[in-house]
Amino acid sequence: MALLGLLDREPSHGYDLKRDYDTFFSRGKPLPFGQVYATLGRLVRDGKIVVGEVEPGVGPERKRYVITERGATEVDSWLTEPVEAEPNLQTVLFTKVVLALMLGRPAEEYLDRQRAAHLRRMKELTDIRRGGDLVDTLLADHGLFHLEADLHWIDTTVARLDALREAVTRR
Amino acid sequence: MKAVEARDVVLNFGETPALRGASVAVAPGEIVAIMGPSGSGKSTLLHCLAGILVPDAGEIHFDGHRIDTLSEGQRSALRRDQFGFVFQFGQLVPELTAEENVALPLLLGGVKRAAALREARPWFARLGLDGLEQRRSGELSGGQAQRVALARGLVARPGALFADEPTGALDSLTGEQVMELLVSSARDQGTTVVLVTHDARVAAYADRQVIVRDGRVNALVHS
Ligand SMILES: Nc1ncnc2c1ncn2[C@@H]1O[C@H](COP(=O)(O)OP(=O)(O)O)[C@@H](O)[C@H]1O
Ligand SMILES: [Mg+2]
Repeated sequence: MALLGLLDREPSHGYDLKRDYDTFFSRGKPLPFGQVYATLGRLVRDGKIVVGEVEPGVGPERKRYVITERGATEVDSWLTEPVEAEPNLQTVLFTKVVLALMLGRPAEEYLDRQRAAHLRRMKELTDIRRGGDLVDTLLADHGLFHLEADLHWIDTTVARLDALREAVTRR
Repeated sequence: MKAVEARDVVLNFGETPALRGASVAVAPGEIVAIMGPSGSGKSTLLHCLAGILVPDAGEIHFDGHRIDTLSEGQRSALRRDQFGFVFQFGQLVPELTAEENVALPLLLGGVKRAAALREARPWFARLGLDGLEQRRSGELSGGQAQRVALARGLVARPGALFADEPTGALDSLTGEQVMELLVSSARDQGTTVVLVTHDARVAAYADRQVIVRDGRVNALVHS
């Protein structure tokens, strides 16, 4: 989804996509070229991107990829829909926020929706905990602490959204 | 059961805008948590809903009646007869015993001492405070003091309970015990609850959460 999202900014070459992906999303674990092109191939096959003009020369990095209507719609609904509130969402939440900012979308709104999804799940777990035995309580607690950590992250991120926007749109 | 509502409430402290058009509607018997960053206006909104502060603009309604237009005396009577309060620090009267503290709202409402204490006593068993009736606030732990404060907030069977960070001074396990008792007791007697907290685990005890940011209320979009 990150690659598709990057293409929603502007048409790009595989090489530039890899560089931006490595800069913003991979955190020290560079994406192998093979995987970049495999993913792009899959996106082309699914009609979410197309190959734009091919520049003269040889090698796959001459191709410029362009997002299609279908691809853009997918990015949009992925950004808009909160993810299922479960533990260990750091990567997906982070990717969402960075992409939303890059694309000039209302990141704060997405985070608010995510907060609502998290709070709703916390309420469900709290209800389980209140009605349950000790094992239920411990299991629910595990979920609650993780969701709470996510929420702290959401709150802090909302507070820093302007600075973050600056950092990811400066190129 | 009684509804509580703020409509487009504006309140400034001198030059500082605390509320800039805050609206929230709490249904009869509902338990709503007001969340948000510190300084966002949560306490100010609670004080407006509870008739402690009067907004510069906007309306406050309780049980279908406008209360922000009442006189200071009428609001004071309304608070005494219809509202219960719990704050971060129990604010028990140190000279009184725990039992007298619980009975206080009844005594202030004109109930005779013996009858008030009779009403106060069952709360000690209900909230796990057996045997502490004669203690003074200095001789209670934080969690015990907060449960005494909760009993005091509910003893007069108020239409609405207003709680501002009721677990703020407690460790998390003790805080959850207090929340459990707050929610179940309020539910038992059909008391509407407005609860201010910055703690999501505490807010998760409520039926619904709203967020205050920069003096306005964001009802959370539940998609
Ligand atoms: N009595 C007061 N006098 C002056 N300013 C106040 C007073 N009470 C609150 N404020 C200001 O109003 C704003 C909202 O405060 P408050 O409602 O206490 O926020 P919260 O409870 O969300 O932390 C803050 O900027 C605060 O500094
Ligand atoms: Mg406050």
